[in-house]
Amino acid sequence: MNLEIKDLRVFYGKIEAIKGINITVNQGEIVTLIGANGAGKTTTLKTISGLRPVTSGAIIFNGQDISKVPAHERVELGISQAPEGRGIFPGMSVLENLEIGKYFRKDRKIEMAEDLEKVFTLFPRLKERITQAGGTLSGGEQQMLAIGRALMARPQVLLLDEPSMGLAPMMIQNIFNIITTINKELGTTILLVEQNAQQALRRADRAYILEIGKVVKEAKASDLLDDPAVREAYLGTGAH
Amino acid sequence: MMSKISSLKNFNLRDKGAAFWAGLNLPQRAIFAVAMIFLAGALPFAGDHSFTNFLNTPISNFADVLVYPVGMFVLMSLGLNIVVGKSGMLDLGYVAFFAIGAYSMAIFGKYTHLNTWEILPIGIGFAMLAGVLLGIPTLRLRGDYLAIVTMGFGEIVRITALNTQKIGGPNGMANVPNPPSIHTPVGQLDFNIMTPNSFYWFVLVLILLTIWMIRRLSVRRPGRAWEAIRQDEDAAELMGVPTLRYKIWSFVLGAGVGGAAGVVYASKTLYVSPEAFTFNISVLILSCIVFGGIGNIWGVVLGGVFLAYLPERIRFISNARQLVFGLTLIVIMNFRPDGILPRKKREKILKSKSEAEVK
Repeated sequence: MNLEIKDLRVFYGKIEAIKGINITVNQGEIVTLIGANGAGKTTTLKTISGLRPVTSGAIIFNGQDISKVPAHERVELGISQAPEGRGIFPGMSVLENLEIGKYFRKDRKIEMAEDLEKVFTLFPRLKERITQAGGTLSGGEQQMLAIGRALMARPQVLLLDEPSMGLAPMMIQNIFNIITTINKELGTTILLVEQNAQQALRRADRAYILEIGKVVKEAKASDLLDDPAVREAYLGTGAH
Repeated sequence: MMSKISSLKNFNLRDKGAAFWAGLNLPQRAIFAVAMIFLAGALPFAGDHSFTNFLNTPISNFADVLVYPVGMFVLMSLGLNIVVGKSGMLDLGYVAFFAIGAYSMAIFGKYTHLNTWEILPIGIGFAMLAGVLLGIPTLRLRGDYLAIVTMGFGEIVRITALNTQKIGGPNGMANVPNPPSIHTPVGQLDFNIMTPNSFYWFVLVLILLTIWMIRRLSVRRPGRAWEAIRQDEDAAELMGVPTLRYKIWSFVLGAGVGGAAGVVYASKTLYVSPEAFTFNISVLILSCIVFGGIGNIWGVVLGGVFLAYLPERIRFISNARQLVFGLTLIVIMNFRPDGILPRKKREKILKSKSEAEVK
């Protein structure tokens, strides 16, 4: 698995949201994009998963330029996203939400039981809520469902858009632990967009810092944690 | 009084119906369905009997009313419900497909030797083709934008008919042929101005076929895809659902049903003209769906029956009937904002079923 973003530019009408960025994600890594609001983190993820069209540049996935491939086919190639704001189907039960995560798989009937088991091992809470409608879950449970649903597609790379957004500190801790587990035990490569830079940098191997549509810094995550300028700008001085 | 009102708001005929249906075994269900179809089929005779003649429409012929507007409205509501109710796209130009079906019947009926039964698939085909042609460029739009474009399409079709002299322009086309008779084991079924019952049964068959089609599709992959698209289109795309393709499919199926209704309409009234296909019809059909309960087949059927029948039933009060009609809509929508028979909200599904699926 190898994901490479080359000189990517994305426009919203006349406004250039992404101004030529280069990002590389290698097999088995957790890579994080951090930055303030409006830096272009979410747009980058949406462009990789295909929800936003590319203006120029290339998205190379396993050696193939996928920038013209429609979003629903990128899932088949092995790119899954847990979207910003979770994007679960509120009127479907937890089980139905998970099942639809396998929508495109040809032999989904054979894989279903096995992958449900896998998701329920990661998120035992979801098993308890299996018949409940997605819209009635708590924020943390919805985030679990969004990640679990993305895993049902057996992705090679998992795109996570602010999984900690709007969650209680305990739940944030919990979600990040599971993200690490998914990476270490399932071997899924993860591209993580976060505002909670402290947590993201602790979990990630490498990090990119985005500012108004440009990558301003690229380094090992542990180095950034110790970088005084980064601490000043993104981590605050006190503990999170 | 207050508790009475709140109980009216919470009254749930749909769940009672679902529970009743779930309690039946297969032969019982078959018997129930056949009995219901038989009752629906016997409806045109209701006007003649003393204990049911309260249903009779005072000025128009009851059986005629059952064909148009009642049957037509129910059929079109079911078709539009695939688009609006199932996949959640607001279509304000549905009348266009009705018009295309009707004009297909008129043109082919007058200028070729094809009869109604042969034109029916052609009319459906043309309506579906129009659905594809309109759908491919416009279904990338969402919400209000789509509504406006479809509204424009509805008007374009009507105005084109109005300005095309070959198909009668504003005068429309008269002398559309009736369908030929059907020979059945129990006798001959004629289709002419004296036999509205035959038309009614014809529409009833189309309605039943449409209901059957929707029910089949709903429990299969297209149904799942539509449901996902309606709830969150971006998320559906991220799950690998080819959203544009399924949106076009739902649009095209809805168009086909509208086209079928148009063919029946033209062969019954023997006359088509642009003024029968105004924006009003699109809005009325949409009202039937909202009034009955978006997304729920039986709600939509009920909405179609009620909104088509009521203005005919109260025709004796002449101009005031529009006022009564409007007031009824307002009052009922206040008491039942989700419609008379709203779709299942799915806060919980049957426990045993989902647990069995996991195992």
